[in-house]
This record gives sequence, structure tokens and C-alpha cells, in this order.
Amino acid sequence: MPNSTTAGGLFGIHGAALELRSQRLGLLTSNIANAATPGFKARDLDFRAALDARLGGASADRATQSATLFRVPVMPSLDGNTVELATEQAAFAENAVAYSASLSFVRGKVESLTRALRGE
Amino acid sequence: MGAPLNLFDVATRAMSAQLVRMNAAASNLANAGSVAGSADEAYRPLRPLFGSELDAASGLSTVRVAGVYRSDAAPVRLHEPDNPLADANGDVWSAPVDESAEMVEMMESARQYQNMVEALSTAKQLMLETMRMK
Repeated sequence: MPNSTTAGGLFGIHGAALELRSQRLGLLTSNIANAATPGFKARDLDFRAALDARLGGASADRATQSATLFRVPVMPSLDGNTVELATEQAAFAENAVAYSASLSFVRGKVESLTRALRGE
Repeated sequence: MGAPLNLFDVATRAMSAQLVRMNAAASNLANAGSVAGSADEAYRPLRPLFGSELDAASGLSTVRVAGVYRSDAAPVRLHEPDNPLADANGDVWSAPVDESAEMVEMMESARQYQNMVEALSTAKQLMLETMRMK
């Protein structure tokens, strides 16, 4: 059944992508916040898998949960923490840009719809 | 636990944890070089212990200060017979504070704090952009 966040809905893939990007933003922020916590294991979202699951009809929570993986560190540290700030910050920046991109696609869709409704 | 955590809670708690760490480093630096009349009375450096806290409802993990403990580094014995605090042997005990390690600790925690501010402002900007969408 198509709704606003699946492929058949109003925003197509971009609505789902925006939702998952926001989830990933939270995960990456958690990683950065725990950069100094001993034994903390960094997590990230396998975006493609999450998006496929979401478009396949899974709920946003379920899609995120099934595609959340632990990060493999480049160099493991002695205290068991697997957060590498360079990696996390690059991923955070990439995710923020991708969020903006998805947002502008959604916005474009809304604008063209509004124009169609006004009959301009 | 009340409502599920959001991004702002995560960032705020992480910043508070860094603040505890910075305060501990400042206390240690302030007490560097202080002497006491016995090994037991000497100042021991404070160390915060961080733990992560996973919020199952939102999938976010935040930082919590599990406690502040005193390091068990042995105080340095100095021979200063002139010091009024000196014991019968003329010895005093100086706080075992490693100044450069504390400075590094402080710089690292300031960097961490900055990272959180940066992450917070990016997230806030994205949220505002989404809300302003007509």
C-alpha cells in the first residue's frame, strides 16, 4: 500500500531517504559524543540496506535497526573504544550534505505541487 | 527514564560530561605542587570515569559520568627540613600531578566539547531548514 514515504507515494524515495538520514545523524552524533568513553563501540547505518528495507515496506525503526552495524576501526585502541573522530566527522559531514540534498528534492516536489494547485 | 532521548539531549549530556572532565583537570592543575605532611594527606589527582548509556527507544547512545575517582599514583617524597609541614625526617609529600598530561586532558576535552557544539549546530540547522519548508 503506497503512502507518503514509500516509492509509490508523493515524495518517492526522497521522503524515505530523509527519514533515514535523520536516523543516521543521531547515530553519528552518538559516536562523536562517546569518543572518550572506554569500551564504546561505534555504530553506523548501512544506508543502502536501510533504504531498501524501508522501500520494501518496513517501518523506519525496523529498517534502521536491521541495517545498523558496528564500525570496524582502522586501528583498535587499548581501551576498547572504536570511535575514530576523523571517520565519524567525515561521515557526519557527508550525511548532513545528503540530508540537505534529499530535503531540496522534497521541497521541489512540494513547490511544483503547490504551483499545479494554484494553476499558475 | 522518561521520554526517549533526542539529538539535543545526547549533545547536552556529552557536553556536561566533558565539563566534569575539564573541572577535574583544572582541580588537578590547581593542586600541582601542593605539599602535605604525610603520604595519606597528599592530594591525589581526580579522574572522571565515562560510561555510555544506550536509549533503546531512540537507538541513540549518550555519555554519563559513572563516577569521579582519585588516582592511586604515589605522592612524591621531597626532603625539605625547612618546611613547617615536614615530618620528623624532614620530608614532605608533593601531589603526584603530571602537568603536561593534565594540559593534554584539558585540550582534548575542549576539542570534544567543540565537536559536540559543531554537531549540535549542524543538526539544528538541518532541523530548522526542514521546518521552514513550505
